[in-house]
Amino acid sequence: MTPTTLPDARGRFGPFGGRYVPETLVPALEELGEAYARFSRDPDFRAELAVLLRDYAGRPTPLYFARRLSDRLGVRVYLKREDLLHTGAHKINNALGQVLLAKRMGKRRVIAETGAGQHGVATATAAAMLGLPCDVYMGREDTERQALNVYRMQLLGARVIPVDGGTRTLKDAINEALRDWVTHVRDTFYVIGSVVGPHPYPQMVRDFQSVIGREARQQVLEREGRLPDAVVACVGGGSNAMGLFSAFVQDPSVRLVGVEAGGLGLHTGQHAASLTAGSPGILHGAYTYLLQDDAGQVLGTHSVSAGLDYPGVGPEHAYLKEVGRAEYVAVTDAEALEAFHLLAELEGILPALEPAHAVAYLPGLARQLRPDAVVVVGLSGRGDKDVDTVRKLEATP
Amino acid sequence: MSRLHELFARVRVRGRPALMPFLQAGDPDFSVLERLIPALVEAGAEALELGVPFSDPIADGPVLQRASQRALQRGARLADVLEFVSRLRRSVDVPVALLSYANPLFRYGWERFCQDAVAAGVDAVIPADLPADEAGPLVDASRACGLDTVFLVAPTSTDARLRLAAAASTGFLYCVSLTGTTGPRDHLSADARALLRRVRELTDRPAVLGFGIARPEHAVTVADLADGVIVGSALYRVLEEARDPVVTAVEFVRSFAEALRRPVR
Repeated sequence: MTPTTLPDARGRFGPFGGRYVPETLVPALEELGEAYARFSRDPDFRAELAVLLRDYAGRPTPLYFARRLSDRLGVRVYLKREDLLHTGAHKINNALGQVLLAKRMGKRRVIAETGAGQHGVATATAAAMLGLPCDVYMGREDTERQALNVYRMQLLGARVIPVDGGTRTLKDAINEALRDWVTHVRDTFYVIGSVVGPHPYPQMVRDFQSVIGREARQQVLEREGRLPDAVVACVGGGSNAMGLFSAFVQDPSVRLVGVEAGGLGLHTGQHAASLTAGSPGILHGAYTYLLQDDAGQVLGTHSVSAGLDYPGVGPEHAYLKEVGRAEYVAVTDAEALEAFHLLAELEGILPALEPAHAVAYLPGLARQLRPDAVVVVGLSGRGDKDVDTVRKLEATP
Repeated sequence: MSRLHELFARVRVRGRPALMPFLQAGDPDFSVLERLIPALVEAGAEALELGVPFSDPIADGPVLQRASQRALQRGARLADVLEFVSRLRRSVDVPVALLSYANPLFRYGWERFCQDAVAAGVDAVIPADLPADEAGPLVDASRACGLDTVFLVAPTSTDARLRLAAAASTGFLYCVSLTGTTGPRDHLSADARALLRRVRELTDRPAVLGFGIARPEHAVTVADLADGVIVGSALYRVLEEARDPVVTAVEFVRSFAEALRRPVR
């Protein structure tokens, strides 16, 4: 399914990944790993998912040549338009895959965590369409800043459970979803929204998202007759980046650039740049890069983008960083907001604040590349959900 | 022979499980715990499980999440917990097992942790989110300095996983009574006895039952199968309301100790 041969049988990407969970969950992860291995090779399952991705989600998504942005930057910028998918973000690729798997495994209920609400909406959507009840955990702070997505999930028949513990954002929504799963593990499928968590989630979510990279690679070859010089994507947990990178990992000429949330600036400590400013540790079932204090307590994060507001990152990204195959940088809230406007005004596209981070790094990247270099950017979601956030931020001086 | 081995040797001879309260290190405040713990030993506690606070306690229900949060807000970190145990050792000789999530131990350093824990007088480590197959570095470091390791098994564990956990456990085997997080329950899980029976059949390691044990009669129900019972959330539920934590905790522990000492009908 993907050219990447990792993780190994123990769920490791080099030293990263693994299965650091309470014992209660280990048998369920073993069951999931076996079911995933079986169904991901099963022609019926693959065909059913392919049809759903095409007819229901709207794949393939276009690779759009952003002419005016390219003229401004002096490099040839292509946007992989995941924002055009049903529900407005790449999250649906993975949600359809996992909910279909849940159904095949005979699970009677799905649960999910969500930050910005996009994964929650995607899971609620897939669950509605495939006829499974769905509970979504969401940090209280996120339910407030993404109120519209809460209502969307409810309209789709899901129950949204606000989480008041800890930092009241994505990290704590995952904690609460894991606690639900520990309690209802026999009949419940936990649909994790990113390439995080215990094995086999980082692998499975990457595989379900790898369709982004496969399409983009073929499309850019058709258009340019060559591979891109760089591939750029935002990284919170890192699922859209991993999906896009996976098709180019084996092409050494292609620079892989992950853009993290620099929040108010790395020096302020108010950010969510785990790879750029964090250190290795163990959270949510995996050994990976974390934002933590000296005593191993996980730190609170800040980002203007709820979807990047997470103190960990997928273990495969930690590995790609460690072996030097991918590079990770951070841009601030202010730079992301500027990019949000730039794309709106130059291309008529309102990006979500998450991929606005990827766009924000383009001017810096363009200066490092030769003129007419080809750059593919993962435009992971559309910005409708963020319009109110941007309006409020810019109304206050 | 280690403190834990002595305790469970005694337990097997007398045929009555050890009462092992869980306390969250740093909640109540260390100065209160320093008075409270000797009083609990006096009231019948025969070993202690001491929780290391963590920001993301995914195996814990709301009661112990709050306790962990309060301890963190008071600034309690792993180094403080170790220092506390060494102070405690002046007045308390019962076995002390540290229950911790993996990241504080990892960050402290597996080897350094094991050495400092032994030096402080800790008898065993119980990693909450480190199944035996991921615990190689901790197990190696523990063996090197004589710290016992305790792994958890759950009703969902297969026989193969029970054997794996038993093989990696030296102090005792922590049997999770239910499928879920910590927290007081009205009834003892129907899975508890079945799990204890399976553990008895597969291993001779001491089997200690924890999670959801809220009332003395819950402990009595498993007295014929368990080598020990751990009571945590139920204690913290009453401590949260307590005017005097020492008096309340002593009453609570005494009620369990007395129920366990009563002859079985």
